[in-house]
Amino acid sequence: MKEAIRVKNLTKRFGALDVLRGIDLAAHEGEAIAILGSSGSGKSTMLRCINLLEIPTGGDVIVAGEQIAFKEKGGARLPADRRQVDRIRSELGMVFQSFNLWSHMTVLQNVMEAPVHVLKRPAAEVKEEAMGLLAKVGIADKAGHYPSHLSGGQQQRAAIARALAMRPKAMLFDEPTSALDPELVGEVLRVIRGLAEEGRTMLIVTHEMNFARDVASRIVFLDKGVIDAQGTPAEMFNGGGSERFRQFTAKQNA
Amino acid sequence: MDFAFLLECFERLLPGIPMTLKLAGFSLLIGLVLAVLLAMARLSGIVVLEWFSRAYVFVFRGTPLLVQLFLIYYGLGQFPAIRQTFLWPFLREPYWCTLLALSLNTAAYGAEIVRGGLLSVAAGQVEAARACGMSGWLLYRRIVFPQALRQALPAYGSEIILMVKATSLASVVTLLELTGIAHKLISESFRAIEVFIVAGAIYLAINFVITRAVAWGERRLSPDRPADPLPSLPAA
Repeated sequence: MKEAIRVKNLTKRFGALDVLRGIDLAAHEGEAIAILGSSGSGKSTMLRCINLLEIPTGGDVIVAGEQIAFKEKGGARLPADRRQVDRIRSELGMVFQSFNLWSHMTVLQNVMEAPVHVLKRPAAEVKEEAMGLLAKVGIADKAGHYPSHLSGGQQQRAAIARALAMRPKAMLFDEPTSALDPELVGEVLRVIRGLAEEGRTMLIVTHEMNFARDVASRIVFLDKGVIDAQGTPAEMFNGGGSERFRQFTAKQNA
Repeated sequence: MDFAFLLECFERLLPGIPMTLKLAGFSLLIGLVLAVLLAMARLSGIVVLEWFSRAYVFVFRGTPLLVQLFLIYYGLGQFPAIRQTFLWPFLREPYWCTLLALSLNTAAYGAEIVRGGLLSVAAGQVEAARACGMSGWLLYRRIVFPQALRQALPAYGSEIILMVKATSLASVVTLLELTGIAHKLISESFRAIEVFIVAGAIYLAINFVITRAVAWGERRLSPDRPADPLPSLPAA
């Protein structure tokens, strides 16, 4: 199967802190990869390096076969071509922990914004598709509402619709349920599960162990900036994985 | 109170309103463009631009508008170099000098207001836009400016009103706007109280309209905000 995303020897340093210390990972088309790890293990940073919200200190990022070009400037590493970065970002749907819906736009406007203004698609066509996506995530009745009038679960589902509207080649979820009240977690996870069942390529950083076990086709466990263990949920949760991973799951279940 | 005289004052002051509005309107327009540029320079991360912006705001906010007006009106003509440029036909006119002083002055205050608005835009809002492939002007136009404007408008509304009042300084360089005409009326009639009451009332009326317009703008820009978002204080 084709690779949707590949990272090679990815490193990221913040000052004296090595957050990522050489990550190699490939996400094939149709894979749903759950990325687990304790806080500080670098899992969010890894996700954010893929769409260049963080600039990797070293290593390569390849999205749908296209390698992101870097240049050196004054000792710092920067993307060589801003338009390439914009294009690659538009091919990846990002869902944030804190939703980050644009507060000055209605839900429908949020979903239509980037397809109309970045991809330059006709508004009428985008609107129809956007309404379809809102129905899919179960908030078609909230299309005209502003984000501040929605519950956290509704906002996160709107954010998922916004990401899907770009017809992304892969979805990146950065702890999509960590900011939600416990009773709202389920409605968001159901939407993400539906996307996995459609065969969408996804990288999901999450703390929801059971969700990862049920939905992911592969589990990747990060520890101290490296991939400590990975495998199918069956392998990982039935005595497989690493010593660190078993400690981690034991602590989560305690 | 002599109502006939008040009415006469009112009628004689009316022709000053267009000049007052012209000075306020154009200086605010020019000042706002400069203010946005100054605020963006200040936040650009480019040291030279940042310090230029800081110095500009320091100087123009730290000296009286009247002093700035005098320096431009009486001061610029002292330099033969300026008298020989194409600018001289403008700079010897009190109208253009006043417009220049007002514009440069409001730009300094406006820059701080715009900067506050830009800083108030949450990082997550910008990140979400970047993640969708937005950058540069598109990102500013669609996400940053609309949100900054919502934050800045209440403070900027005050600046608009301050500028309407600041146009009265134009009278000291012979311009016949509201206050200039008022001075003339007083020197004819020696009835300062009545004249200034009428002049003050006209300023008040102009600013009432502006206040309503700004409030309307706030509601338009922030339809998601409740009219009364803060809980009332508990009774002591």
